[in-house]
Amino acid sequence: MQVTIKRIIFFLLLIAIWQGIVLMEIWPQSMIPSPFSVFHTLYLGFADLTLVYDLLASFRHLFIGLAISICIGTAVGILLATVKTADETLGTMILALQSVPSIVWVPLAIIWFGFGETAIIFVVVIGGTFVMTMNIRTGVQNVAPIFLDAGKTMGSKGVDLFIKIVLPASVPYAVTGVRLAWAFSWRALMAAELLSTGPGLGFTLSYASDFNNMSLVIGIIIIIGAIGSIMDQLVFQRMEQKVLTRWGLQKT
Amino acid sequence: MTLTIDGVSKQFNQTGKTPAIVLKDIDLTIPNGQFVSLLGPSGCGKSTLLSILAGLQKPTSGKIFLDDVRITTPSPDKGVVFQEAALFPWLNVLENVMFPLRKKMPKKQQTERAKHFLQMVQLGKFLEHYPHELSGGMQQRVSIARVLAMDPTLLLMDEPFGALDEQTRIILQQEVEKIWLDTKKTVLFVTHSIREAITLSDRILVMGARPGTIIKDFSVDLARPRKKADMAPLEETIMDLLKTEIAKVMREELSHASND
Ligand SMILES: Nc1ncnc2c1ncn2[C@@H]1O[C@H](COP(=O)(O)OP(=O)(O)O)[C@@H](O)[C@H]1O
Ligand SMILES: [Mg+2]
Repeated sequence: MQVTIKRIIFFLLLIAIWQGIVLMEIWPQSMIPSPFSVFHTLYLGFADLTLVYDLLASFRHLFIGLAISICIGTAVGILLATVKTADETLGTMILALQSVPSIVWVPLAIIWFGFGETAIIFVVVIGGTFVMTMNIRTGVQNVAPIFLDAGKTMGSKGVDLFIKIVLPASVPYAVTGVRLAWAFSWRALMAAELLSTGPGLGFTLSYASDFNNMSLVIGIIIIIGAIGSIMDQLVFQRMEQKVLTRWGLQKT
Repeated sequence: MTLTIDGVSKQFNQTGKTPAIVLKDIDLTIPNGQFVSLLGPSGCGKSTLLSILAGLQKPTSGKIFLDDVRITTPSPDKGVVFQEAALFPWLNVLENVMFPLRKKMPKKQQTERAKHFLQMVQLGKFLEHYPHELSGGMQQRVSIARVLAMDPTLLLMDEPFGALDEQTRIILQQEVEKIWLDTKKTVLFVTHSIREAITLSDRILVMGARPGTIIKDFSVDLARPRKKADMAPLEETIMDLLKTEIAKVMREELSHASND
């Protein structure tokens, strides 16, 4: 509760300073619009549903892409963890690819798929897959030996041991993987949408910039930041916390 | 069923070092229904021996038989209770105890059987709890219920109460003794508590270190439940024996250290 109040005061202060700067008229409103103008623009966008459509489009790209990258990441992660040769070859390559910023894939996606939604989803998939893969790989490889021993002495082996013990034991890593995959995908999504032909938040952002609509530019940046932190803190961190507690990896 | 250990040795080959001989020529016969404790200085190979008997590790040489059947892999006729309870955190108490029954009987029967053994260890009210919500003693009770539900012919326990406080430890000892009297399973019980060993066992094996061998085989012919006064003489004898053995280990460690 304390923290919430502190945050509210902080943001109110920030808006006050922002308004103060605007009132000093150092820069024209076309460069630094007033807070009121930004919120009004956002209000209009939501009222005429254009921003709602953008949000829906962005979330569609994100969830399709994220779902695909979680599936691929899980499958490849299991492969890397169980087949040594795959880890030594494909694993090294994925580690290298992981360090490539996802915006780098946008030109390639545009050439392959044009400026449409497929290209965006492709970039989102690339954005999330590698980190998911590496987390699943680590999770499967780091199952506590005591769980395996316990399982074996209770008559479990082979595929049964893998499905009933190795997979559930690596769930904490999978959850962290999903959280990171979401964060990477979200960034990749914005990068891809900026260069796309819409619809989507990123597209509208670049569109607003082209038409010098500074209020909308700042408004969308605020939305992107807000969604990012809300999803991370309310959804993913809570989920992670719950799993870590249940798995006995963290005391409440 | 009789457990026969026939010339079991174990050595670990470490890269760049001389191989460590952990167990050397262990020969042992444990008749059906006997409660046997294994005492010895830490690092003498008790856990290694247990894990070989469980089929989790392979001996470097030697063989193990349950009656006439050779043990080479883990199987449900050999139940293990580890020092940590080793419960699966993603399953609740009931599901944990049902785990070894999964493929053996219909679901309804599994549930009944699991509940029965959980009641036996006083946990009938905690079926839906998850392991992280239980104390260490309760977790160890669940793992005892789990191994009993599996109904192994041989029960291997590796310092099962080592991580528990004295109070809980004594209560669980009494429960284990009662369960053993009811079921008459063959038990091999590793402990570092001489008192615990004498309280529970028909027979106590004392191991020496480097290499791990059985240096003394005591049979305990005291009436149950055992009284402190009755146990004192044997306790003293074993204490002296272990002291000498531990002193020997420490001397060797010191001379190793000065040689390095
Ligand atoms: N996988 C292993 N590799 C090398 N040495 C091992 C391994 N496992 C156990 N040891 C060694 O074997 C000895 C006996 O270990 P352990 O059986 O755990 O002893 P205890 O249970 O009696 O304390 C120890 O010195 C330990 O360091
Ligand atoms: Mg041990």
